Amino acid sequence: MNDAMPKWADILLIPIINLALALFVSGVVVALIGENPFEALRILINGAVGSAYGWGYTLYYATNFIFTGLAVAVAFHARMFNIGGEGQAALGGLGVALILLFVDWPHWSLGLLAAIAASAVFGAAWAAIPAWLQARRGSHIVITTIMFNFIASALMVYLLSKVLLVPGAGGSPETARFAEAVRLPSAYDIAPWLGFSRSTPLNISFFVAMLAALGVWLLIWRTRLGYEIRAFGFSEPAALYAGISPTRIIMIAMLVSGGLCGMMAVNAVMGEAERLVIDSVQGAGFVGIAVALMGRSHPVGVLLAALLFGILYQGGAEVEFEIPGITREMIVVIQALVILFTGALDNMVRMPVERLFLSRRRQPVAPLPKDPTHPGGNPDAGKVEP
Amino acid sequence: MTQSDTSLAIELRGISKAFGPVQANKDISIQVRRGTIHGIIGENGAGKSTLMSILYGFYKADSGEIYIGGKKTDIPDSQAAIDAGIGMVFQHFKLVENFSVLENVVLGAEDGRLLKPSLSKARKLLKQLADDYEMDVDPDAIIEDLGVGQQQRVEILKALYREADILILDEPTGVLTPAEADHLFRILEGLRDEGKTIILITHKLREIMEITDSVSVMRRGEMTATVQTAETSPEQLAELMVGRKVLLRVDKTPAKPGAVVLEVENLRVVDEQKVERLRGIDLTIRAGEVLGIAGVAGNGQSELLEVLGGYANGTGTIRVNGQPIDLTGTASDARTRRARGIAHVPEDRQREGLIMDYRAWENVGFGYHHDAKFGSGIFMDNAALKADCVAKMERFDVRPPDPNLTAKNFSGGNQQKIVLAREIERNPDLLLIGQPTRGVDIGAIEFIHQQIIALRDQGKAILLVSVELDEIMALSDRIAVMFDGRIMGERLPDQTDQRELGLLMAGVTGAAA
Repeated sequence: MNDAMPKWADILLIPIINLALALFVSGVVVALIGENPFEALRILINGAVGSAYGWGYTLYYATNFIFTGLAVAVAFHARMFNIGGEGQAALGGLGVALILLFVDWPHWSLGLLAAIAASAVFGAAWAAIPAWLQARRGSHIVITTIMFNFIASALMVYLLSKVLLVPGAGGSPETARFAEAVRLPSAYDIAPWLGFSRSTPLNISFFVAMLAALGVWLLIWRTRLGYEIRAFGFSEPAALYAGISPTRIIMIAMLVSGGLCGMMAVNAVMGEAERLVIDSVQGAGFVGIAVALMGRSHPVGVLLAALLFGILYQGGAEVEFEIPGITREMIVVIQALVILFTGALDNMVRMPVERLFLSRRRQPVAPLPKDPTHPGGNPDAGKVEP
Repeated sequence: MTQSDTSLAIELRGISKAFGPVQANKDISIQVRRGTIHGIIGENGAGKSTLMSILYGFYKADSGEIYIGGKKTDIPDSQAAIDAGIGMVFQHFKLVENFSVLENVVLGAEDGRLLKPSLSKARKLLKQLADDYEMDVDPDAIIEDLGVGQQQRVEILKALYREADILILDEPTGVLTPAEADHLFRILEGLRDEGKTIILITHKLREIMEITDSVSVMRRGEMTATVQTAETSPEQLAELMVGRKVLLRVDKTPAKPGAVVLEVENLRVVDEQKVERLRGIDLTIRAGEVLGIAGVAGNGQSELLEVLGGYANGTGTIRVNGQPIDLTGTASDARTRRARGIAHVPEDRQREGLIMDYRAWENVGFGYHHDAKFGSGIFMDNAALKADCVAKMERFDVRPPDPNLTAKNFSGGNQQKIVLAREIERNPDLLLIGQPTRGVDIGAIEFIHQQIIALRDQGKAILLVSVELDEIMALSDRIAVMFDGRIMGERLPDQTDQRELGLLMAGVTGAAA
């Protein structure tokens, strides 16, 4: 919603500049520890997208990030910062495990539908409490959602080590394996001619994620509800004026967000692990924040950003394996740099680019400059109490 | 240039300033004679404030020269401006609320490390100024306990304490009652007679005519004319400001009031700090009449609009077309009010009336986005909204007529036209309208006033809230004056005057004119 520069610049140019900067700084860091940054980059890209094996993992990770990225994006539109993706996704996993362990599903397709519903309900329920506290009590959503991550983590440890633990599972806290009937078709099953191996983690959930992206786009830009969510996100006083209930919008946006986070478990728990293990989320909830920021809260942007982070995850693992000097921690640093440049330092690139576009185009309706004597822009907006 | 340079307090030569593609000031030259009151008038965005910001060192001009007292002066920051003898009174005061008057006056201009000598010096000066110019302000009063008019005097005192010879006032009367404004003008005249030079920035023609000696008119960043006030007229100034002839008076026929549309009885609103903002309001509006609510901002007008509009909680009785409105529970929101035929043009269009980041077409459905014509089921029909927007933009002459432009990129007047178009074209029984022309240029004011009267003539009831007394007088069929959450009295516009209304606005009753 910015007229300062064309849409393509907002959606593509700026993220690309951000990414280039992040890679440059990462390269400097790699060079500083005495490794060859170009070699590292080659291994990273080759490991992520150079083979069907790599693509399988890259897209598997991307699927997780699409779900969590969409979740954060929906909440962003209502100006809610949902950083509880970890907990909501963990609870989604619990929902998937319960519905698949305790109900016999005759076919994977029915199991898939049930798992989608269960994961969404569990994830949404976990987001509902912070949402209600925000809407009704004004408790800040950032604080409550992050606290709920810890509660979720403790709850999962308890359930997996005391309640759902299979006897003789070798001591690791995990549930029994799901029935063979609900094994989701993997990329190997669907398209063996593409060269995926039997063990590829990529599965049919990828298409569920695509449908979710389409659903989010429809919700945000084509429904009355999405119109209200965005309006509320831009201005709460205006929303009240228009008869939009803040409580309703906060609850709905957070329930949808929590539900999307939960659905990540369809990919990770049902599709890949085929049982519920401890820490099934593996940081995807947090990566979702970066994905949503980089994707500008737009489903297409989220898809692209999720793919990028999938590449970083998979390629990073390969670099770590191939170059002993670059440790797991180095990979985390590089991922953090990407998050830093695409998310937190976005304005550093945005402002100069906007100025560049503005100076290249002289149009009569350009916004008037902010006047220092009238903070807020409207010279007459200040109300003075008697 | 007939005068010698030293008779000029300020001379600007060829000042230009651009912000990106926007030329805020274009080759502006102006001469202000010492010991005069010089007005600068222009519409919003004409560049008045930018020019004064350059003079006060907030901005650096791209080109041009500033002469103070005949001497070329560089003003890189506000300290340099103060050193050159320039004092500025901002529209939004820059006072420390919990400091005393004395402490505020001295703040930033303390003589040494010890406070006491400065304070006693300031105390002496304050006393002298109080005697000279009726500027009596208690030096030991805390700022937040003072009224707006007194706070403004403190700002002037601050400038005088810094030995300002040139005083710039930016829209000084916006927050004052008419009586306070008169008092301010007396102070300014006294200062001028002492040899000070005063620059008054305003958009009110009446003030220019009343107090200035000469006036410069700005339009779209350019200085279109500088004239002696005695040799001009409001009509001529308005034409210079807008660039075409402007109808300053509102043409209207006497109202033909019909059935009662709105009845309000004992309406009370308590805010979140448990302060009672409305203390029992009673009023009635009939079809085909405009009830104007006059008053200084902050006396409960906003709360009245909000509770009628359905987004503030209140107690009492509101009846629309004889049917009571539920003031309790969740059913009592703005959406249900719209369904009852109440349309609302809110006081602050940027905060409430529009989503500034929405495009124009998205804004034309705002509040009415559940209407069947804007979609079916859960989906919105964006094409229908765009078509509606194009039609409304044409009928209300919104410029530029581009439905895809974001609301924040329209001028104030055109933003207001979008809100008006949306609310008026819903054909409401009752229109609530707050500050219809705040921040709106003169050309658009004329149009907006005509629209309000046209709606009245269609037999609609209109509740008009405005802090501009001229506007209230021009549009209203009846005038109610609010003070401190109460209605102090009702008057007919042709049987009252600004003085009487001004007294009521200050809470003085029983002093019939």
